[in-house]
Amino acid sequence: MSKQKAKASKLKNWKELAIGGLILEAGNAAEYKTGGWRTMCPVHDPKKCINCMLCWIYCPDSAILVKDGKVTGIDYDHCKGCGICARECPVKPEKAIKMIKEEK
Amino acid sequence: MIKYKALTGNEATAYVMKQINPDVVAVYPITPQTSLMQKFATYVSDGEVDTEMILVESEHSAMSACVGSSAAGARTMTATSANGLALMWEIVYIAASTRLPIVMPVVNRALSGPINIHCDHSDTMGCRDSGWIQLYSESVQEVYDNMIQAVRIAEDPEVLLPVMVMSDGFIISHGVENVEVYPDEDVKKFVGEYKPDRYLLDLKRPHTFGPIDLPDYYFEHKRQQAHAMNMAAGSILKIAQEFKEKFGKLYSLIESYKVHDAEVAIVAIGSTCGTAKAVVDELRAKNVKAGLLKIRSFRPFPEDDIAVALLKCKAVAVLDRAEGFSATGGPLYREIKSAMLGREKVLVRNYIYGLGGRDIGMNDIHSVYEDLQDIAKTGKMKPPIKYLGVRE
Repeated sequence: MSKQKAKASKLKNWKELAIGGLILEAGNAAEYKTGGWRTMCPVHDPKKCINCMLCWIYCPDSAILVKDGKVTGIDYDHCKGCGICARECPVKPEKAIKMIKEEK
Repeated sequence: MIKYKALTGNEATAYVMKQINPDVVAVYPITPQTSLMQKFATYVSDGEVDTEMILVESEHSAMSACVGSSAAGARTMTATSANGLALMWEIVYIAASTRLPIVMPVVNRALSGPINIHCDHSDTMGCRDSGWIQLYSESVQEVYDNMIQAVRIAEDPEVLLPVMVMSDGFIISHGVENVEVYPDEDVKKFVGEYKPDRYLLDLKRPHTFGPIDLPDYYFEHKRQQAHAMNMAAGSILKIAQEFKEKFGKLYSLIESYKVHDAEVAIVAIGSTCGTAKAVVDELRAKNVKAGLLKIRSFRPFPEDDIAVALLKCKAVAVLDRAEGFSATGGPLYREIKSAMLGREKVLVRNYIYGLGGRDIGMNDIHSVYEDLQDIAKTGKMKPPIKYLGVRE
């Protein structure tokens, strides 16, 4: 709840906004946090991960965090919890990404 | 030297569009505005304008093309009528909410069904909440003059809303009048060059037009639109003043014709106002204190000006050329009633008339003034909503 409040306070009022729904800055989709839509949450286990990057390729929201060729975690601000990453993870017998229920 | 031309409403609109020389006109012709675009297409074919004319497959596409063109930064126009406007509906709202200063002459005619191609206001009254500025015209001259002013109003940075310029189907659109036309260079100078602040083809400052607007921003954008409509009244008056200085004709949000001392008054829109003025003159000659209040700007609705103008009247008839089906009177009547709230000493009656092109003559208007004189005398008004000219 406090997170949502902080977000609300940053929203521009009608006098500050560009008219007509115009977006003036390019590449600002990252500023729009969609993590709150999630009901199921992917959890990444770096010990099991083989860094095949399949999850990174499949993620429709570019929410797989990668550094120096290694998966470092999930961008929970933008992950909508669709579960494609866990579904496509080829690691056996137990996947390196598990979906768990989103807890408040 | 003053120059007159004998023009129909459609010819005058095409002529003024030629003088304005818009960058883009997207159009699908529909009766009775067909001759308007036919005439304008002739100007395009003859190379008398630089306009890019886009012929599209429907009215929905016409307004869609206008939205794209206007967002790209081009001065854009189209024209429509009746069911054509109805088919545009979805994009009509999008044009307004994207704040695109498109100018659209609308030739008023009845919406089907039953199928009818003649004059009434059901088409534009139906989209009165679309966020467009709506200017109605009484005569061919007014259509011509309103078109020139509409470009400036729409593009006013304080406003940035599309404008509809209305003319009564066939009565104005196909009726010939002696119109005072102004020199091309004067019209061009008055409308000036369109220089949008934000436009899609601005390669140095890329913007996104028409994005999805979720519950956290949509409301703010609607609030902005409401503000723009609030600013529009001032803009209409400011540009009318400039127009008077340049071309000598005075326009306002409303026109009061002998209302200042009137005991009985009619409120009307469009060509019927001309008929009513003739009746007012006849009644005045017989010492009947009659007046006419004409609504030029229906959106924004000049509530205060109307209330002040009608304040001293005893009985007022509001003439609606659209039913509205609210079960409580026509659209203009509803708004006039609301404007007169707290001023109930003025008795207001609704007359719905002229649907589907049913003629309204001076005798009909006379009968309304006779009713009003009775109402003023007796204070009785039954029923409050009357159908004028229907076979009972």
